[in-house]
Amino acid sequence: MNDRPPSTPENAPRLPLIRIRGLTFRRGRTLVLNNLNLDIRRQGITALIGPSGCGKTTLLRIITGQLRPHRGSVQVDGVEVSRLPRKQLLELRKRMGMLFQNGALFSDLSVFDNVAFPLREHTGLSKDLIHILVLLKLQAVGLRGAHDLNPEQLSGGMARRAAMARAMAMDPMLMMYDEPFTGQDPISMGMLLSLVQRLNHLLGMTSIVVSHDIQEVLSIADDVCILSDGRIIEQGTPELLRRSKTPLVRQFLDAAPDGPVPFHYTASSLERDLAWES
Amino acid sequence: MGNRNLELTVGCFVLIGFVAFLLLSLKVSTLDNLQSGDNYLVTVSFNNIGGLKAKAPVKLSGVSIGWVESIDIDRMDYQAHVTMKISNRYDNLPSDSSARIYTSGLLGEQYVGLSPGGEEAFLGDGDKILISDDALALEDVIGQLLYQKAAGD
Amino acid sequence: MARSTKRAPPWGAVREAVLDGLRGTGRGTLEGVTTLGRAILFLLLVLPQLPGLLRRPRLLLEQIYRVGFLSLLIIVVSGFFIGMVLALQGYNTLVNFGAEESLGVLVALSLTRELGPVVTALLFAGRAGSALTAEIGLMKTTEQLAAMEMMAVDPLQRVIGPRLLAGLFCMPLLAAIFSVVGVYGGYFVGVGLLGVDTNVFWSQMQAAVNFSEDVWSGIIKSIVFGFVVSWIAVFQGYDSAPTSAGIGAATTRTVVISSLAVLGLDYVLTALMFN
Repeated sequence: MNDRPPSTPENAPRLPLIRIRGLTFRRGRTLVLNNLNLDIRRQGITALIGPSGCGKTTLLRIITGQLRPHRGSVQVDGVEVSRLPRKQLLELRKRMGMLFQNGALFSDLSVFDNVAFPLREHTGLSKDLIHILVLLKLQAVGLRGAHDLNPEQLSGGMARRAAMARAMAMDPMLMMYDEPFTGQDPISMGMLLSLVQRLNHLLGMTSIVVSHDIQEVLSIADDVCILSDGRIIEQGTPELLRRSKTPLVRQFLDAAPDGPVPFHYTASSLERDLAWES
Repeated sequence: MGNRNLELTVGCFVLIGFVAFLLLSLKVSTLDNLQSGDNYLVTVSFNNIGGLKAKAPVKLSGVSIGWVESIDIDRMDYQAHVTMKISNRYDNLPSDSSARIYTSGLLGEQYVGLSPGGEEAFLGDGDKILISDDALALEDVIGQLLYQKAAGD
Repeated sequence: MARSTKRAPPWGAVREAVLDGLRGTGRGTLEGVTTLGRAILFLLLVLPQLPGLLRRPRLLLEQIYRVGFLSLLIIVVSGFFIGMVLALQGYNTLVNFGAEESLGVLVALSLTRELGPVVTALLFAGRAGSALTAEIGLMKTTEQLAAMEMMAVDPLQRVIGPRLLAGLFCMPLLAAIFSVVGVYGGYFVGVGLLGVDTNVFWSQMQAAVNFSEDVWSGIIKSIVFGFVVSWIAVFQGYDSAPTSAGIGAATTRTVVISSLAVLGLDYVLTALMFN
């Protein structure tokens, strides 16, 4: 499996880009991911949703090789990530892009230099060519006019769009978005949504979107995975999920305050806690 | 900050730093030009060296011509045995020169002062200076003064 | 005391308190040792990245500007004042022995051997060290380091390496500048205000200060201090908890630990070099 050559156009659609089998990850004694299986198909947008703290971000970090799993296999484009030496891992990451929650733009560089950063680090392209490429990427996210601003001069939504341009600078095969819509007003949320969708189809990438904004993310996703208690409890198209009868899926989609995920954090009985004082 | 300005500022900073080093080595301290280069060993014995220490200067007419290399006790005659290194530039010291321990100022550090003699032969490596005068012990001087005063009364 | 005769001493509570104290000490020791271990591992990961930096002098240049040049003002001002105070205090003592012509010696030896390297290192820890920690800690908190790693760029090489090397390079320069400015501060007070003879001031100084012993040992000290302070600063930033409270605590730790390390190492180095 490991020595399989990178996908060719013929077999590309059939094989999933990411194949996860029996993935287990512990943090201290708590089991964050428990024997998780997941396939993510090529050139689609996969939404990864689930209650806070269920291990979504951890899963992204394992896919990118920032965290190493305790058990199981993670293959990205046929390459086993979990046992990859550091050098090859860095090579693989050049083909991945990740958008962090708040953009994570380098605060000491201008927007232009931020987007140019990966190009300058990894390609020997000439100054003029990098200039053109960066302006094109910024044009794609609508920020060409803001190229000489500093990150602190941008609004939250603009910072995320600039970070998106940076993450796409190397034309990755895989884009990951870690809660890209959190705390955005409806307008900039709409912009980000259409950007994710448009860029995915235009550039033929595969996208994974981790989000809590269920209705919004369902509107652009081709595939939805619901993660709970360290495993995938439901996977399918948005239509399939909307018709699901599973209580947890229902609670999540209907945003019900109480259900399989309890409103109260696990505690001893209220009477006992209150009686303690006297 | 532009590329050129950055280079200029850092260049100035490094230059100031190196000028500081230069001042430290030339203006504040002495580079040890005596210690480097060739020199020869001369020994001398004293009854009492007072506070003389290794590395103390050896002077001729007030000019440093070398330094004290080591001090120990002669096992035969229990005298202080001082080994000095003298620069080869001063290789024409008469063999009957004499050595004496002086103090620079009233409380300053002690050094070996040489007075040239009249012989035609010169001191060479490993030679011994035969005429020596001890350190002036301050307590002896004071004692002598008191004694004279008492005797005078 | 009187109360304890009335009421039986609560032995259980006392025992608990003693055990708590011992546990606290044990925990502190273990934490200290593991932190030291992490710091050493961190250094072992950073050191191999340093030679590659010579191919990217621009990164180093930026950090020399921020770590070195921006510390210049505080170093010059402090150096001048310390030199002036040394001369004033020294003169008042020396004049009692009629030895005021040794003023230059006193000022220059104090500065080149001790105050130059030590005070520069302390100021450096407060000025540049804390800034380094806060900057790296903030880059970690805002996921800039993680983003860099995601772009297949090693933050140890890109962020940590240049800062460590710049600190190592700048400290001896700053210490030398401090000493020289201090000597001129002493000259200003001693010769300008107190009336010591110019020629005596310089000639006595030159006769007594030895380059290979006094000046050189000060330079070695400042190189060691530069390395240790920068190491502590970048490690604390990299190791900080990714919250605003975490950055604050890490910045404080940088200043406290590097000050203690500088003073402790100063004693060790002095004992090694002057004996």
